[in-house]
Amino acid sequence: MSHHIIEANDLHYTYPDGTTGVAGVSFRITHGESVAVVGANGAGKSTLLLHLNGYFIPSRGGLRIGDYPLTKKNVNAVRRTVGMVFQKPDDQLFMPTVFDDVAFGPLNLGLPPDEVETCVMHALEMVGVPHLKNRPPYKLSGGEKRAVAIASVLSMSPNILVMDEPSSDLDPRSRRRLIKLLNSFEHTKVIATHDLDMAVDVCERTIVLSEGRVTADGPTLELLQDEALLQKSGLEKPLQMQNCPVCAERKKKQNGNSNIIRAPRRGLQSG
Amino acid sequence: MATIDRHFFDIGYMDTLSSQHTAVHQLDPRAKLLTTLVFVVTVVSFGKYEISALLPFFIYPMVLCVVGNVPPAFLLKKLVLVSPFAIMLGIFNPLLDSDILIRLAGVEVSGGWVSFASILIRFVLTVGVALTLIAVTGFNAVCMALEKLGTPKVFVVQLLFLHRYMFVLVDEAARIFRARALRSFGGQASGIKSYGSIVGQLLLRTIDRAQRIYLAMSCRGFEGHVHVMRSHRIGYREIGFIVGWSLFFILMRFYNLPVLMGKILTELFR
Repeated sequence: MSHHIIEANDLHYTYPDGTTGVAGVSFRITHGESVAVVGANGAGKSTLLLHLNGYFIPSRGGLRIGDYPLTKKNVNAVRRTVGMVFQKPDDQLFMPTVFDDVAFGPLNLGLPPDEVETCVMHALEMVGVPHLKNRPPYKLSGGEKRAVAIASVLSMSPNILVMDEPSSDLDPRSRRRLIKLLNSFEHTKVIATHDLDMAVDVCERTIVLSEGRVTADGPTLELLQDEALLQKSGLEKPLQMQNCPVCAERKKKQNGNSNIIRAPRRGLQSG
Repeated sequence: MATIDRHFFDIGYMDTLSSQHTAVHQLDPRAKLLTTLVFVVTVVSFGKYEISALLPFFIYPMVLCVVGNVPPAFLLKKLVLVSPFAIMLGIFNPLLDSDILIRLAGVEVSGGWVSFASILIRFVLTVGVALTLIAVTGFNAVCMALEKLGTPKVFVVQLLFLHRYMFVLVDEAARIFRARALRSFGGQASGIKSYGSIVGQLLLRTIDRAQRIYLAMSCRGFEGHVHVMRSHRIGYREIGFIVGWSLFFILMRFYNLPVLMGKILTELFR
């Protein structure tokens, strides 16, 4: 199933102002893999993601998405293969109703109207929001917007899903729901995120970026325990892998407090 | 700041109004657009001193508002907002044209004042009916109708983007002004100087955001054509709507209804 793979080979991209976006990134993501791309701010995650949907064409090196090498000529084919969910759903939703928004992609692909209706409803049901179909997108809550943004991409049946910070701005329950949803997809997934706990829950593989280069690429559970690597990359161990810091802090305080309480007692006794 | 926020929600309210399901909303957008065009052409075709013959034309927007469940107060507020343009157009007429045209109960009214009033009435009618059309049809549907009636696609897409990016612009502006107001402590620290950088910021931010939106559209196969899945067709109701109203407008163009009614009434009481 070569149409589900992403292969980057010594990918370089420099912005017109001379800033380096990515500098020699190589990896191969195969069918059905779920990969987290993590790194500090400015590490090159967004630049990399913008290559995956053909917005940027590499200055050097190559990128192969599905059956096509990424070139200006192939951009449309690449975009049909890759479904990109943006960080801000407000950038992604622009039609007057949720239904129109989710139908935007399929209609552009030239599907007949009855088929469009079926795939729109199917996509909305997959993300659990068929009841929102007649609502204007800008009036939805953050979690609902995110669900609709994902549906607007799923309706085009992409082989590969690319997401930029899918869990940002979500309340804990919506975040949990999103994690469940992502785990239910069988697509090849590439998720750029700072939410390392989500990376642990959703992605079996992680690529760590730092200053535009891959500093590590391997099993999520292994990499996110490597404190030296995380420190070097400007990251921290996911909370679920730490000994609960809140409880540790509380214990420390309790010990401190008991000392303080004891002190005046001693004073009273001596007085 | 609060004003910007409020107007932003007002624009959104227009979309809410257009998503209703009244008899007017269900008409094919092309029928409403064509009828509105006939209306506008007829209204602007009157002579510059015409006032009384224009009055029956208020019936059309009023009927659309009542049947389409559009609150007239909302439209009036929008009219007041853009009225300075019309006022500027006609404000010098009373100075330039001071010949006495009519005497009303001993009060002499110059031609300038009459033509000024005529400009204002025409402004209220044409802009009012355009706003009503959008409120009972939806901006995207109006654009779709324009395209189906043969307007070049490039203009239609420009209009669609104008509508879409207007939200982006207002949204960004509201954020900047909110941030400024929160740190300017009752206007103390907010000199006119800060407006230069605010406008610059607004431009850059809007371009950035517009690019992201365009990217999102391109990612979903946008190639210059916005498809909307609504099956509309011109049926008997639509033909009746266009023909009925257009006949009414043309009749009102050639027969001054208020004058005729006045004559009938004076005959009756004689």
